[in-house]
Amino acid sequence: MRALGRILRAVAFVVLFLARGLGAFLGRLRPRKRERIVPEQESDARAEWAVALLLFGATAAAVMFLLIYILDLGHSTQLLGLSLGVAFALIAAALVIASRRLVPIESNAEEYSEPVKRGEHREGEEQVLQIVSESGNRVTRRKLIGGAGAAAGAALGAALIAPAASLGPALDTASLYETPWRRGRRLVDDRERPYLASDIEAGSFYTAYPEGGDPDEIGSPLIVVRLDPASLHLPAGREDWAPEGILAYSKVCTHAGCAVALYRKPLFPEAEQRPAFVCPCHYSTFDPAAGGDVIFGPAGRNLPQLPLQIDPQGGLRAAGDFSGPVGPSFWGVRTRGPS
Amino acid sequence: MRRGLLRSVVRTLDERTGAAPFTRKALRYVFPDQWSFLLGEVALYSFVVLVATGIYLTLFFDPSTAKTVYHGSYAPLAGQEVTDAYNSALRISFDVKAGLLIRQTHHWAADVFVAAIVIHLVRIFFTGAYRKPREITYVVGVLMLFLALLEGYLGYSLVDDLLSGMGLAIGYSVALSIPFIGANLALLIWGGPFPGEPEFWSRMYITHVLILPVIIGTLITLHLVLVASRHHTQFAGKPPRSERKVVGLPAFPGYAPRSLALFFSVAAALFLLGGLVQINPIWLWGPYHVGQGTNGAQPDWYLGWLIGALRLVPSFDVVIADRTVVPNPFWGGALFPLIVMAALLAWPWVERRFTGDYAVHNLLERPRERPWRTAIGAAVLTWVILIFIFGAADRIYVLLGVSYQLQLWIFRVLVFVLPLAVLFLTRAICLNLQRLEEHDREEHRAEEEAEAAARTEALAGKT
Repeated sequence: MRALGRILRAVAFVVLFLARGLGAFLGRLRPRKRERIVPEQESDARAEWAVALLLFGATAAAVMFLLIYILDLGHSTQLLGLSLGVAFALIAAALVIASRRLVPIESNAEEYSEPVKRGEHREGEEQVLQIVSESGNRVTRRKLIGGAGAAAGAALGAALIAPAASLGPALDTASLYETPWRRGRRLVDDRERPYLASDIEAGSFYTAYPEGGDPDEIGSPLIVVRLDPASLHLPAGREDWAPEGILAYSKVCTHAGCAVALYRKPLFPEAEQRPAFVCPCHYSTFDPAAGGDVIFGPAGRNLPQLPLQIDPQGGLRAAGDFSGPVGPSFWGVRTRGPS
Repeated sequence: MRRGLLRSVVRTLDERTGAAPFTRKALRYVFPDQWSFLLGEVALYSFVVLVATGIYLTLFFDPSTAKTVYHGSYAPLAGQEVTDAYNSALRISFDVKAGLLIRQTHHWAADVFVAAIVIHLVRIFFTGAYRKPREITYVVGVLMLFLALLEGYLGYSLVDDLLSGMGLAIGYSVALSIPFIGANLALLIWGGPFPGEPEFWSRMYITHVLILPVIIGTLITLHLVLVASRHHTQFAGKPPRSERKVVGLPAFPGYAPRSLALFFSVAAALFLLGGLVQINPIWLWGPYHVGQGTNGAQPDWYLGWLIGALRLVPSFDVVIADRTVVPNPFWGGALFPLIVMAALLAWPWVERRFTGDYAVHNLLERPRERPWRTAIGAAVLTWVILIFIFGAADRIYVLLGVSYQLQLWIFRVLVFVLPLAVLFLTRAICLNLQRLEEHDREEHRAEEEAEAAARTEALAGKT
C-alpha cells in the first residue's frame, strides 16, 4: 500500500510539472487578435437548454437499451429497436436545433473550379501530352515493342484468367441433361416411403422423389396426379405412360426453375378450365392431360413427363427417363426428349 | 487550456502532413442547401448502417449448405433437417440477443439504400445535374445502383429459406438463358447444375460481404471526391449565385451538424423499422428445397421490376430446328435491365448529341426548362414502374379481384400506350408551365413600367 501511495504521488508530481510547462509553452503561443473568419452571432439560451435536454433524453434512451439488453426483457426486439431508434432520433433532433440556433448561419460564395474550354487545352494538358510523346523518343521499333507487349499482356491475361475455369464444368453441359430417373426406380415421398398406385387419389396432387436419390437435385422432384384415363390425350408414343391414369411430371418449371407447386383442379368441370399445373413464380401453366403442354404463361417448353409403371406389389415405378430435358432452358437445349 | 491543446494538435499534425491549408479549405467548403440534395446522403448513411449491421451478422452467420438438425428455440421447426446457413440465420433471429433487431435493420437498410439511390437518380436526371463536367460522377452513381441490386439479391439469397431458394432458381434460369454462353456461365457460377455445389455458398458469401462492399465503398469514395472537386450544382438564384459562384453554408460549422442530424435520423428510422416492423420472417417460409414453392412469393421491392418483366413477356423462345436458342427468361431477366442500365449510362451523351450542348454547367435546370428530357424521363419511368407494378399482379388479384389473365393483357397494352401518353402529356405540361411563367413575367414587367411611368408623371406634375 505504501508503495502504491508513493507511485501515485510521483505520478501526480510529474503530471503537475508537465501541465505547468505546457501552460507556459502555450501561453507564449497565445494568438494575436485576428480578423474573424466565422461571423459572430447572438447566443440563444433556450436553444442551448433544448439541445442539452434532448441529449440527456438520448442518454436515457441509450441506457434503456443497455438495460433491456442486459436484463433480456420480453419482446426485446421491439424494445431494443425502440430505445435505440429513439436515442438516435433525439440526437438527430438536438443536432437539428444546434444547426439552426447554436451554429453561426452563413451564406458564403465560393468560385467553381475553372472549366476547361473545348479545343483550347490548358497548359497542364499540353504538358501531359508533351511528356508522353517526348518519353518515347528512344524507341524506334514501335510496332515490334508494341506487338511484343500486346502478346505478353494477352498471354499473361489469359493465363491469369484460365484458373477461373476450375469454378465449374463450364464446357461440359451434359450434366444439365442428367436426371436420377431410370426404368424401375421407385417413387417415394419426402420420408422415403414408397408410393403405391392406390395412394394416388384423383383431385389431389403428390410430390415424389427417386428412391435413394438426392431429393434436392433439379431432376428429382415429381408431381404425380390421377386423372380419368378417358380424358387423357397424351402425345403419340406415350399411350402406356400413365397406368390407371396416374401421371408423373418433373416438378421444376421449364421457364425459370421454380417448383410447380400449384394444382388447379376444376370443381365444376363445365364452368372451369381443365386441370392444370401452375408455377407460382411467373404463372406458367401446364396441361397434365396433354403431356405437359404450356397452356398459359411464359414457359417455352412442355413440362417433361416421366413414364410410369405399376409393379406387382402395386408400387409406382419409373418406366424410363423423362420425355425431355428437365429444368429451365438454355442455348441449344433440345425442345423434345432425349429419346 | 483546451484551445491550447487543440492548437498543439493542429500544429503537430500540420508539421508532419502539411494538411492545414487543405483542412482550412475543406472546413469552409460551401454546400448549397436544398432538401433534394440530401437524397444521396440518405443512401450514403444507409450504407454506413448496412456495413455496421452487416459486420455484426457475419460474426454469427455460417454460409454453408451442410445439413444439420434444427434445435433452436423456434418450436415449429424443431427436429427439421436444415442447412447450416438457414440454421444460423434462425439462431441470429431467435437465440442471439439483439440478433433479430440487427438482422431486420440490415434488411431494412438495404431496402432504404436502394430506394434512396433511385430517388437520388431521379432528382439528378430531371434537374440535368449529370451534364458536363459531372458525367463521370453520374456514371459511377448508375454503376453503384446496379451493384447495389446485385448486393441486395445476394444478401437475401444467402439465408437459404424458401424465398431465397426460389429467387436463386430464377437467377440461375436467367443466367442459363443468356445466348451462347448461358449454360457455361451458369455452370461456372454454381459449380454444377442447380442448386449447385457447396462452393456456391462460399462464392455468394465472399461476394456479398467483401467483394461487392469493397467495390461499392471504392465507388462511393470516387463519387464523393468527384463531387467535391467539381463542387455541388445549385439552382439558379439571387447574385452572387451564378454559373461561376456557388453559394451556401460552409461545411464547418454550418453544414456539419445538419449532415450529422441526417445521419442520426436515417439510423433512427432504420433501427425503429428494424425493431418494430417485421421484415422477411424466414422462419415462416421454412427451408428451401428444389421441389418446394409457395404462391404469392415476392422478392424485395427493388427486384420487383425484374419479376414483373419475367411475367409480362409473352411465351416466346427462339427455336431453331428443335433446339431452343434464346430461352424466355433472357428477355425480362437479362435484356430488360441491361437495356435500362445502358440507356441510363448513355443518356448524357445521347442528350448532348441532340442538343449540341457541350458547355460546362453548374446551375441546375428545372424540369420544365427541358421539356424533351423531362418527357423522356417521365415516359421511361412510367414504363419501368408499370412493369414493376405487374410484378405484384398476383397480389393485385388478391386485393382487387381482377384476374391475373386480364391484368396481363391490360399491362401488355399499357406498357406501350401509357409511356407514349406520358411522353406527350409531360412535354405539353412543361411547355405550358413555361408559357405561364413567361406570361407572369411580362405582366410583372408591364406593371413595373406602368408604375414607373406614373411616378415620373407625378414628379412632372409636382414641378
